[in-house]
Amino acid sequence: MNIINGYPEYMMCSIELVEEKREANLNADIQPLTLAEREKVLNENHPDFMEGTRREVTVGVDKGKMMYGGIVDLLEARPIISSKDIDLSKVDFDVDILIIGGGGAGTVAALFAHENGIPAENMLIATKLRHGDSNSMMSQGGIQAADRPRDNPAQHYLDIYGGGHFSNKKDVIRALAMDGPEIINWHKDIGVMYDRTEDGNFQELSGGGTSRNRMHSCKDYTGMEIMRNIRDRSRNLDIPVLEFCPAVELILDDSGAVSGAVLFNMETHDVHTVRAKATIIATGGSGRLHLSNYPTTNHYGATGDGLVMAYHTGANLLDLDTIQIHPTGDAFPEAIVGILTTEKVRGLGAKPLNKDGDPFVFPLEPRDVESACFIRECKAGRGLITPTGMNGVWLDSPMIDIIHGKGTIEKKLAGEVRKFKRFGIDMTKHPILVYPTLHYQNGGVEINPDCETAIPGLFAAGEVTGGVHGKNRLMGNSVLDYNVFGRRAGIFTAKYVKNRTIGKLTLDHLDKYNRMLDDLNIKSGRKAPMLLPEYREKEALARALDLPMS
Amino acid sequence: MSDNETIQGSAENVEADINCEIPEKGTYRIYIMGKAYDVPVGLTIMKAIEFAGYQFIRSCGCRAGFCGACSTVYRKEDEQKLHFALACQTLVEEGMYLVQIPFVPATKAKYDIYDLKPEENTILSLYPEIAKCVSCNTCTKACPQDIKVMMYIQNSLRGNIAKAAELSFDCIQCGMCAMRCPADIKHYHVGQLARRLYGKYLDDESQDLKKRMQEMRDGVWDEEIDKLVDMDEDAIVELYKERKIEARGDLDKDCKEGN
Repeated sequence: MNIINGYPEYMMCSIELVEEKREANLNADIQPLTLAEREKVLNENHPDFMEGTRREVTVGVDKGKMMYGGIVDLLEARPIISSKDIDLSKVDFDVDILIIGGGGAGTVAALFAHENGIPAENMLIATKLRHGDSNSMMSQGGIQAADRPRDNPAQHYLDIYGGGHFSNKKDVIRALAMDGPEIINWHKDIGVMYDRTEDGNFQELSGGGTSRNRMHSCKDYTGMEIMRNIRDRSRNLDIPVLEFCPAVELILDDSGAVSGAVLFNMETHDVHTVRAKATIIATGGSGRLHLSNYPTTNHYGATGDGLVMAYHTGANLLDLDTIQIHPTGDAFPEAIVGILTTEKVRGLGAKPLNKDGDPFVFPLEPRDVESACFIRECKAGRGLITPTGMNGVWLDSPMIDIIHGKGTIEKKLAGEVRKFKRFGIDMTKHPILVYPTLHYQNGGVEINPDCETAIPGLFAAGEVTGGVHGKNRLMGNSVLDYNVFGRRAGIFTAKYVKNRTIGKLTLDHLDKYNRMLDDLNIKSGRKAPMLLPEYREKEALARALDLPMS
Repeated sequence: MSDNETIQGSAENVEADINCEIPEKGTYRIYIMGKAYDVPVGLTIMKAIEFAGYQFIRSCGCRAGFCGACSTVYRKEDEQKLHFALACQTLVEEGMYLVQIPFVPATKAKYDIYDLKPEENTILSLYPEIAKCVSCNTCTKACPQDIKVMMYIQNSLRGNIAKAAELSFDCIQCGMCAMRCPADIKHYHVGQLARRLYGKYLDDESQDLKKRMQEMRDGVWDEEIDKLVDMDEDAIVELYKERKIEARGDLDKDCKEGN
């Protein structure tokens, strides 16, 4: 196969059309869809609205609710430990606050619990991979916060609520919008380097579905810059972190309050018990479940463990009948299929084009709508098909340098340029091929603005939670989410633990859950939480597309 | 997943649509810690290791080039040069002898950023070993991000915090620099300190943010947002539909029209 500029010859032919029409496309005025048009394209193309992607939950507190099949599989699976396996008379760690998950939400929670009077040695972060290994680290595009004179938190609230199809929890999104400026201020105070304009204010771009430019960024390494900063602060404060020790179940006390967790050391296979006055679940998302067969942008540990553990205790879940597919996953080359190309590329002005080089969608619709429009274009035969059979549409990245001046792409999108360069493609000169990819778990464990769940003693923050984004999240609001609710979880639990007494520890809820599964006669043989996805041997081949294969 | 389920995005009739050869198939022989495996052409090192039957616990993180968990060193048969790569961002090649580095022992200086001052010797006083840099540039050569590592160490040594912060910005903290350094410098920790000093003390104060923070303390927006929280469903849907979109130029139009 003849490869030119990183692309096979036939793909270059399509690129020539893109180039010919670039000048005209820069001025093309494609209007956003009306709400009725949005509904139509979603109904016909988005997995959230299609048959066969979801089914009813048969067990537990949310029995009867619709959720994605892969999530229901986990809820119907057997717990991996039973009450008989664990000696609860022996407590290995006795702390005020146990934080499960060492990503963004968990680390922010630890920092604010500390600031609110909890000594480092009275906390424990237990995490499955390394401290910081998380989707938080990978976020590229930015963080939303309403701090420009043209903008305000009420306007931000309206964008969040409409973007979520008016399904978000109102008290929770009030907190999300109102805490935004405070979070940016805190970041600056601990040393986060945000992109600036010449007058010293933040450079703020537009994001899909937002009515004001409020997306703050740190090149296209926003998540990495924030995560490594808060992690550095956590390390300076000596906050204890147990790596490669995921929680596998929560522990209750005889009053029914969550009182710690059982940890599993994945390297030594030892089990540790933690007793805690408050437990914060910050386990993140579930992209590695590959719901609806999508490739994913998520990190290796995103297997939805927190949903399962919380559900076993009786905590309810919200909005898991929806997933976020991000419109611009990479479709070429094969080695990076499913990996994210940041929305910032469109924020900076690149337009999506079909194989004939024609624009077909307003570039900054909310993510679900934008994705559905891409899928529709490919279904209609106007996508470009890669040599390994993936559909894709062009994202005309060179437009950015024409709009903002030469060198902008290399400066503002350093990570993207580097990624494509590794595979022989120069995105400053040629467009890149994209197709929707599984990106975010919109829903999860229901919380209130204090991060309380339905179960006393159990708190949650970040991607594992439900209610914040309703049935669709807008870009930049997840980074804001883990900061806002991580902070709130830290502050609130620091208060909560002062009046908490712990009764006799028990894992009886697992026996109860097993009995419910017995009664339903569920014999899938599955166990949950999953901890690590299975990609070995022949499944690694499907892994070329980041997908499990039976 | 059953056999008839297909990957989202995959096209139904590839041959009919594309006018070219399907890429070469076949396998490469690679050596994982010395053991030979034949793996399909076109996989990243990470996927090739999984194909060979390994399940990662360490040495695998974001799988997209951001976290620095999967640093890998390799040498190809008959080659002198030792290569450094991220397993998730590098395709396997014939004859690679490879091993992953799951952990980097590199002590980090303890500090409270609030107690530091962005002075010429701040970095040097916390990381005195940077004075031992012999400018061999081995760190730069080991960097999978192609960062000018030695340059930011030299800038740190000279007290140029801004330049050290800028040059080190794309660091994913994989630690390969520190593993190679003959002077035992922990470069990636030095870069972290430089960036925090820059972000906290040398970056501009945003006047817009300062003003908004004051408004928030004064409760200026409370009433406005509570109105939205309490608004009935139909009204807020209408309000949403009528939003003016800045990215579409709606606000500038208003300015020209004088409202």
